[in-house]
Formats: sequence, structure tokens, C-alpha cells
Amino acid sequence: MTALLEAHALGMRYGRRRALTDCTLNIPPGHVVGLVGPNGAGKSTLLKLASGFLSPTSGTISVLGNTPGSGTGQLARVGFLAQDAPVYPSLSIADHLRLGARLNPRWDQGFAERRIAQLQLDPTQKAGKLSGGQRAQLALTVAAGKRPEVLLLDEPVASLDPLARRGFLNHLMESVVEDGTSVVLSSHLISDLERVCDYLIVLVSSRVRLAGEVDEITATHHRMVCTRRDPGALPAGLEVVSATHTDRQSTFVVRSDAPLPAGDWAAERLSMEDLVLTYMEAADSAAAEPATSATSTGSAAGAGSTEGAEVAR
Amino acid sequence: MNRGLVIEFHLDPRTGVAPYLQLVQQVRQALLLGLLSEGDQLPTVKQVVTKIAINPNTVLKAYRDLEREGLVAPKPGVGTFVTKTLGQASLVEHEPLRRELAAWLGRARAAGLTEPGIEAMFQSTLRESGEEEK
Repeated sequence: MTALLEAHALGMRYGRRRALTDCTLNIPPGHVVGLVGPNGAGKSTLLKLASGFLSPTSGTISVLGNTPGSGTGQLARVGFLAQDAPVYPSLSIADHLRLGARLNPRWDQGFAERRIAQLQLDPTQKAGKLSGGQRAQLALTVAAGKRPEVLLLDEPVASLDPLARRGFLNHLMESVVEDGTSVVLSSHLISDLERVCDYLIVLVSSRVRLAGEVDEITATHHRMVCTRRDPGALPAGLEVVSATHTDRQSTFVVRSDAPLPAGDWAAERLSMEDLVLTYMEAADSAAAEPATSATSTGSAAGAGSTEGAEVAR
Repeated sequence: MNRGLVIEFHLDPRTGVAPYLQLVQQVRQALLLGLLSEGDQLPTVKQVVTKIAINPNTVLKAYRDLEREGLVAPKPGVGTFVTKTLGQASLVEHEPLRRELAAWLGRARAAGLTEPGIEAMFQSTLRESGEEEK
């Protein structure tokens, strides 16, 4: 099956600043992908590259098997919702749907009108008069109304109150079930991502630190608490993601494809939030102290730490 | 709006329990409480995802798990139906197991284990035996 998104050594520079470095991904189709990372990590850049708004300065990217933005066929297959859900303030809701109909070959007017009715919005109302939640819903309606095979959403719920956020995600998941739409969405709200995503990408300082199916990620990561010891004293086959020590105790987050062997430690699974924070902190400390990164972080997070440091400054 | 639905799901992000497992536990609990019985239809995937904003694959995974346990069965094109009633009877059936556990707890306390210690041992053993089965 054609990958939802495939990137090979993908890179993007704005002048001297690296926004994305050596990004290699292969996301199978049919997923709802969560994209998470600190501000400035490269999330928006990756989404803009995937939608064709930007062209990479190095490497390659393909979405559903084609170069993003290459021709009207590809544009029709990909829906993109930029940050803050932009709408035209002086145009009415009906105007937005009309615009959608004129600009998109696969536009589904029935779907769009049903959705607006479901939201109990007045089609004659100007978009500038809508609340933040209503604006986001209108933008999603236009993006989903073009019946794309993949929806790319840049922090779509960031400015919404909890109720509006839930409403937005409900409608998004409805599109996933009804049309089998794939979704890539960035967010800082890990609890939301935990609900709706089955694939996760952690981006820090322009690099992909972790990417994979959520089930696999949560099954292969463990937190081990034991008496103080060096990571080297742990059984072979464990990849140490992070290590912290007190005078007496060591706490490791490890990745292991095989079940964790029994030993003189307490082991537990990590919540998605803890897991994401662990990777962010590991990348952060690798960037801040490249000299100690070799001992405190494993190969996944520690690789390329010098370049990470360059970006952090 | 919820007419015809027998049960409703909810998700608690703070428990640390995987979302699909939360759904499995809620169905099991509904069976134990007698809220669900043989022949009842579980909410469709679409009903669940539009109600609690959850990934559809999570719902499918939970239903597959329940199917593997023999509690529900899918009818293609219609939905997923409860095939077994878990009433109080099942707890009675397992009374010997409960008594063994109570006896074990007595021995653990006699050996000097405190409640947190017992819990830690139970949790880690439960996890290990779960992983061995896979």
C-alpha cells in the first residue's frame, strides 16, 4: 500500500536556520498521526512541506505516493488547515461553502451543508462574527468538504475551549470513520492526541526523535527504578532513552523490543505524556550538554546531538 | 439522542490505562452489573468515536479483545453483539479462586509484607504473566 507520508533525509532551512533536519519517515496509510514537540521544533514546517506550501531544501517527501503540490490531482487529495484556522472574516458561511465548491473538483456540498446545520450555524452569518470554536469548525468543514484522502491540521484545537475542542475532535473522528480519511495533526495537548491518534511523531529541535504506532511505542518503553547503577550495567538489548540518578537510586527509561527481563528493579509502562516528555527532555539535555549526552542518553535521542546544539543556540 | 444505545463509554486520561483497555473494562463492568446481557448490541464504532472523540481503531481493538474473550461477536454489516451474560453467577463460580487469594494474602502478611508491598508484587506478577501469554 502507498505510504500516507514518506520522507527521506528531508531538510528545510530558512536562511541559516534549520527548521527540519534529516527527517526520515514512512507512515502507513489509514492512520491518525499526532505530531508533537516544543514550539519551533519544525511541526508547522513538516506540515507545510507535506501540503506543498513549501519545497524542501534537501531530501525528498511524498504524500500518498506523489510530490506534494504537484498538480491539481494531488491538491484535491490533500486538505490542509493552517494554524489558527484562517477564514475570510467578511465572507458568510455560505460564501465559504461556495468558494469550496468552485475551487475543489471533489467538493461535497451536501456534506458541508449537513455539517453546518449540525453545528447549528446560520449560513448567512459572516465568518468574522464567529467564535473561535465555530471558526475552527467552519475551517474543518471546508477542508473536509473537499473530500481529501488526507487532512493535515496545524494545531487546530490550540485556541479552543474544552467543549469546542471536543466538538472539533468528534467531527474529525467522524470523517475518519465515514470516509477513511487519514489525518496528521499537531498539538501540544497530549491527552487529546492520546485519544485520537494511533501513530505518534515527536519532533525536537528540527529532528524526529521518535516515530511509530502508538501501541508499539507504549508496549516497548519501560521505566525501570533500581539501586544506583551505570546504564552499562543494565542487561544487553535495552536502549536507554533517559537516565536520572540520586545518591541511591537510578531511574531509566528504556526501549526494548523483547519483553523486559526480570531482575532487581521495578518496571512499569509509561503514559504517553511521560513518554513524550522523556524524549523532549532527552533531546533538550543532549543539545545543552553535548559532552555528557553520550552517557545520559541512548543512541536514538543522542544521535546528532551536536547539530541539535547548533540549532538550540 | 441516546435512545437505543444500551451503554455509553467514557475515557479518563489520568488513569494511565490504555484507552482500548478502558473500553474493554467498561463493557466487562456493564456485563457484571447486569447492564448488558446476551443479545444486546454494543454502540457502533461511529457512535463511539463521535461521542467521545476517540480513534476508531481503538474501538475496533477493544471489540476484538472482547470477541477473543468470547463475550461479544460481530455480525457483519450490523454491529457487535453480546454473546454471554456475566452475572453474579460468575463471581460465585470463582469463589474457590477468591478463597485461594485470601489465603495467599494471609500468608503474605504473615511473611511481613505490607499492603503496598503486596500490591507491587501482585501488579508486577500480573504484568509478567500477561506478557508471557503473548
